[in-house]
Amino acid sequence: MSIEIKASQEAYDVIIVGSGAGGGMASKVLSEAGLSVAVLEAGGDFDPAKEEDRMQLRWPWESPRRGAGTRIRPFGDFDAAIGGWDIEGEPYTRGEGTKFEWFRSRMVGGRTNHWGRISLRFGPNDFKRKDIDGLGDNWPIGYDDLKPYYDRVDKLIGVFGSKEGMYNEPDGFFLPPPKPRLHEHFIKKGADKVKVPMIPSRLSILTRPINNERGVCFFCNQCNRGCQAYADFSSGTCLVKPAMQKGKVELYTHAMVRKVTTNDQGEATGVSYVSKVDMKEYKLKARVVVLGASACESARIMLNSTSKTHPNGVGNSSGMVGRYVHDSTGADRMAIIPDLMGRERYNEDGVGGMHVYTPWWLDNQKLDFARGYHIEYWGGMSMPGYGFGFGMDTLRKYIKDEFGNPSPNGGYGEGLKKDIRQYYGSMVGMSGRGESIPQYNNYCEIDPNTVDKYGIPVLKFHYQWTDHEIKQAKHMQDTFEEILTNAGGILMGNKPGPETNYGLAAPGLIIHEVGTTRMGNDPKTSALNSNCQAHDCKNLFVVDGGPFVSQADKNPTWTILALSWRTSDFIVSELKKKNI
Amino acid sequence: MNRRENIKLLLAGSLGTGLLWTGCSPEQKELADTPVIGKGGKYNRTAEELEILERLKSQTFFLEEEKKKVEILVDIIMPADEVSGSATEAGVPDFIEFMMKDAPAYQTRMRGGLMWLDHESDERFGKNFVDLSEKERMAIIDDIAFPDTAKPELRNGVLFFNLMRDLTTCGFYTSEMGFKDLGYKGNQANVWNGVPDEVMQKHGFTLDQKYTALYLKPEERGKTAEWDEQGNLIG
Repeated sequence: MSIEIKASQEAYDVIIVGSGAGGGMASKVLSEAGLSVAVLEAGGDFDPAKEEDRMQLRWPWESPRRGAGTRIRPFGDFDAAIGGWDIEGEPYTRGEGTKFEWFRSRMVGGRTNHWGRISLRFGPNDFKRKDIDGLGDNWPIGYDDLKPYYDRVDKLIGVFGSKEGMYNEPDGFFLPPPKPRLHEHFIKKGADKVKVPMIPSRLSILTRPINNERGVCFFCNQCNRGCQAYADFSSGTCLVKPAMQKGKVELYTHAMVRKVTTNDQGEATGVSYVSKVDMKEYKLKARVVVLGASACESARIMLNSTSKTHPNGVGNSSGMVGRYVHDSTGADRMAIIPDLMGRERYNEDGVGGMHVYTPWWLDNQKLDFARGYHIEYWGGMSMPGYGFGFGMDTLRKYIKDEFGNPSPNGGYGEGLKKDIRQYYGSMVGMSGRGESIPQYNNYCEIDPNTVDKYGIPVLKFHYQWTDHEIKQAKHMQDTFEEILTNAGGILMGNKPGPETNYGLAAPGLIIHEVGTTRMGNDPKTSALNSNCQAHDCKNLFVVDGGPFVSQADKNPTWTILALSWRTSDFIVSELKKKNI
Repeated sequence: MNRRENIKLLLAGSLGTGLLWTGCSPEQKELADTPVIGKGGKYNRTAEELEILERLKSQTFFLEEEKKKVEILVDIIMPADEVSGSATEAGVPDFIEFMMKDAPAYQTRMRGGLMWLDHESDERFGKNFVDLSEKERMAIIDDIAFPDTAKPELRNGVLFFNLMRDLTTCGFYTSEMGFKDLGYKGNQANVWNGVPDEVMQKHGFTLDQKYTALYLKPEERGKTAEWDEQGNLIG
């Protein structure tokens, strides 16, 4: 089905760059409107239903490294996502003092092959943060503009959850959530004591069928390995492949886009790409170009698309492309819960993620930082893999025998085996994921000194956290300790302090980077208008995380999907009106 | 052919992992997405990954003498007991051999530690580690196996033994033998219906009343979802 190479001058109605959440949704909506579509993907094809590519339900000993991460699959040998932080021949650089990390997935479905399936709508406040705290900027659209699209995404793709009636955590069309696991009951006990809410999580995993094309979850806890039953959302299985089956969609794999080509009027005429297969450059023509290559990759393509009419790159007459890149904040903590030692064994895998989570619950006006965070939880009797049993030189003292006597750290022998059996399933952890304030001075630009192996100039990142993010991380650490201690947990390691910014992860590490081609009503301060259309190139659109004005204390994917659907509807309407 | 039929057909000709049925009445019985366990294949390895794997497999890290020491050490850390076999029986040395090549950052610590072990054996007993009696051997191990009480001058030995303990424990408990030892029950198709009642009772937990009606009911797992306009599930 996929066309590996095509040196054609054939013209499409639409070229979509990237097959992740944004590109996948655009391919579905635009092809269903009868348009001919070319999807260009920089990696290879992937279908988790193919037995030869199945990683689901494999045992650790089927991997010689027992599932350890590699450069190509940093999240483990069985992780579906191919690419990582450091791709051979595809470098990126950083300005002095910047620690930005950039995760890329080179394959059909992009980073939706990796993500945690956490599918949260942005709330009304999330579009109007400047009105609330005076920082950053408002979106040019609000929740009401996106609500109909969130509704459609819920029904098309499926998400489980519970209706809670919380103003800034809008409810949707939910499938039944799974009951909590045992460690989640323990953490809930701790959270209740300190009045931190925990509600059923909202993950795009099918606990019941939504159509005849996709199956239902069989609770293996391995969404990140790709689902044979298509019971979770990844763009390849749920959007791109159905679009190819039903519509005029051609998939170009191993196609690394260099630039958007433009005519003398400054309109997009198509793209120029390098085939990774024969290392030759090809051009494709289309009436409309849609970029969904990821916030930073789309910005890179636009910045590299210089011409007489677009001397700073297409869509960049404002100089805003690459500016305001921002990731979610992240910090974590772990604990051992002694009551979970020596547990009864049963299958506790559940879905591929937490069954409960904590949405942001406080009022920032009463705090010393501006924006909130949600909390994710993990632990329990998950499948041992690489790293299991490490650290007994410091952890073993927490394991006690039947008389309550603690073991010595370290050791060996039958006693150690006995202790590992006691210890298995007693570790829990929590991760805060929060909203940062987008900054003009945090940006990516073209590094004039570096090209990738396809000869395409690469990105250079400049990024510093502000006090708001650092204070938020401090608050996370305090909250983690309160919840874990009240859950009966023994905290592991030392509490991260100011010397590490309270454990605040380097930007990029949470893989929610957005904002590089932000939307706005003023062409001087934004790259795109409120329909994600370039201010200075009417047939160029962006459908990934680039258009986000601010990344909320939620995960971005559900909003990328809703926004891409809305943008695609606009493209269809504008083509019908012959405006583009 | 739709996706769900496809899965049924695939299953018909394979060694399924146990059938999952949903729906109560016989006419409703329907197979719901039990995955196919086949022979696998290249399991989505890229050409680059296959090349790395071939290269690593063609190399040997441990010298014969080193391998003997590793085999002795892993069986000290994870010996056979009444529950399961030993680390060598579980194939731990092969795993460690592979990891040395896959994660070269380990190599110097491992090689240096094994050298240190012979040096220490020679200093104390005038022999290489493999030639020591069990009593002599354990005298050295006991001095480096307990980080909190070990003498500061043996710090390098302690760090080396920490590394061996990490890799051995991990290698053992990620093997088939280790999974049986742990009593791991997962990694198979099932329908999650919460923590078993007796476990809930033992720990004093009950389900939150607010959600009991909402949670997934296994018998409804095969029913296609429909909602009213307010987003409530119907049917």
